Amino acid sequence: MIESQGLTKRLGGRTVLHDVSFVCEPGTVTGFLGPNGAGKTTTMRLLCGLSSPDAGRATVLDERYQDIPNPGHRVGILLDAGAQHGGRRGREALAVSAQMMGVDQRRADELLERVGLDRHAARKRVRQYSLGMRQRLGIAHALLGDPEVLILDEPANGLDPEGMRWMRGLLRDFADRGGTVLLSSHLLREVETIADRLVIIGAGRIVAQGSRDELLAGAGTLADATDEAALVGALNAAGLTVHAADGGGLLVDATPEEVGRVALDGGVALTRLGPSESAGLERLFFDLTEGGHAAAEPELMEAVR
Amino acid sequence: MSTMALTRPGMNRLTAVELRKMTDTRSGFWLALVVAAITVLLVVIVDLVGNAQDQTLRSMLSIAVQPASVLLPVMGVLLVTSEWSQRTTLITFTLVPHRWRVLTAKLVASVLLSLAALVLAFVVAIAGTAIAMPDVANTWTLPIGMVVQIVVVLTTGMMGGVAFGAVALASAPAIVALFVLPLITGAVGSIHVLEGVARWTDATRTLAPMTDHLMSATEWAQAGTTLALWLALPVLIGLWRIARSEVS
Repeated sequence: MIESQGLTKRLGGRTVLHDVSFVCEPGTVTGFLGPNGAGKTTTMRLLCGLSSPDAGRATVLDERYQDIPNPGHRVGILLDAGAQHGGRRGREALAVSAQMMGVDQRRADELLERVGLDRHAARKRVRQYSLGMRQRLGIAHALLGDPEVLILDEPANGLDPEGMRWMRGLLRDFADRGGTVLLSSHLLREVETIADRLVIIGAGRIVAQGSRDELLAGAGTLADATDEAALVGALNAAGLTVHAADGGGLLVDATPEEVGRVALDGGVALTRLGPSESAGLERLFFDLTEGGHAAAEPELMEAVR
Repeated sequence: MSTMALTRPGMNRLTAVELRKMTDTRSGFWLALVVAAITVLLVVIVDLVGNAQDQTLRSMLSIAVQPASVLLPVMGVLLVTSEWSQRTTLITFTLVPHRWRVLTAKLVASVLLSLAALVLAFVVAIAGTAIAMPDVANTWTLPIGMVVQIVVVLTTGMMGGVAFGAVALASAPAIVALFVLPLITGAVGSIHVLEGVARWTDATRTLAPMTDHLMSATEWAQAGTTLALWLALPVLIGLWRIARSEVS
């Protein structure tokens, strides 16, 4: 269980987090999504007690993180895979932390194997690791104390498709056994396959949150026609908002049924009609990354809330 | 949940971890090895070319502790600053959220490493003296007070390194300050009107007797005020800095 209640943080006179609230329940994987600089890392640092909020409260397992006696045993954290001493060997990096939290040193070998770092890699200095290997080492580190909660900042960064599939399986399994997972990413595609809940942040504010299916379902309709211009005309005439979808076709802020009726009335032959799936979220995301505020798409936000 | 999860890591364990971190990186390992190697080298040189007066145990020991007294403070600095430069603070302070406990463990580990260095210096000095067998009186005489003074010099020196590291939170300025500040205070202290102050605060001046002769009460008091200024104060500032710093 992870709870963020009205977290607000000011850094250098600028408010970087405004009233950020969300809850991650046991048994779920929550994707924390937002463009770079939106406040994901700041939020995670507050959750891990590395920094204190100017308002609001962050709790993990019903306690402030810094009040958990031996937090390594209960919360696994990966904030930055690059944050390891380059001159330390991979296995040693794990062994030091194992000693600090009072875990058997053999646990380091066990986890290296589990994350797919072989003996050769374990003896290498971390400096020589690729980003993908560092991520694996970081995940092994997060799992050292056999925790109930995982907080991972951009864990998929640098993983190849095989590594992504592996991590998806690992996190799913962790949640299915009752664990709570919060992972951040700036790539929608990365988390939509792993997470069953999404929390979307832009410019320090939560702009949408809910289950993945809810968010995907409420995000509009994807349609296309043999005569695209005619379809746009008919939809506009009906007062519906239309955007060009990234993968071709049109993204309409309406249900498939409404779009279907408009097409029927306008005598336009549809070649595609269905829920937008991720296209709507991508649109929201695109607006966030373009520097526009979430408010740029009030209807969509309303829809996905 | 295991019982381990309910008890926070004890100071013994944290200290053991800090000792491990000093030598388990490439740079830490070589720095420790260099200290040991130079210690042996200096004693061998005195054995080969020193005169008989230099070959008594007391003299050998004061030579043998020189490498440690210069390089251990640097190890102390790095013990703190490498966590910042390598960004392992993210790991250390999430595993031990009470940051003052980490700094305390680093200070205790410094004392232990200094004592280990002293034991090494002792062994090397005894071997060097035994090999040289100088034909002078008092070859093996070593007042216990001298040993105590050497312990104080080594341990406070390394703790000072930790403290300077904690104040600066960056290796280069901390190491520069460690070596340049004494030169500056020495220069300032040579100004006639400031001499009185310097006698109580100039580390070069007040700590020099530690390895030279058995100190008088006044000398101890002067060393004490110096250490309050150059060790206790930086430790306090360092604690404050570390507690407040935004690690990233």
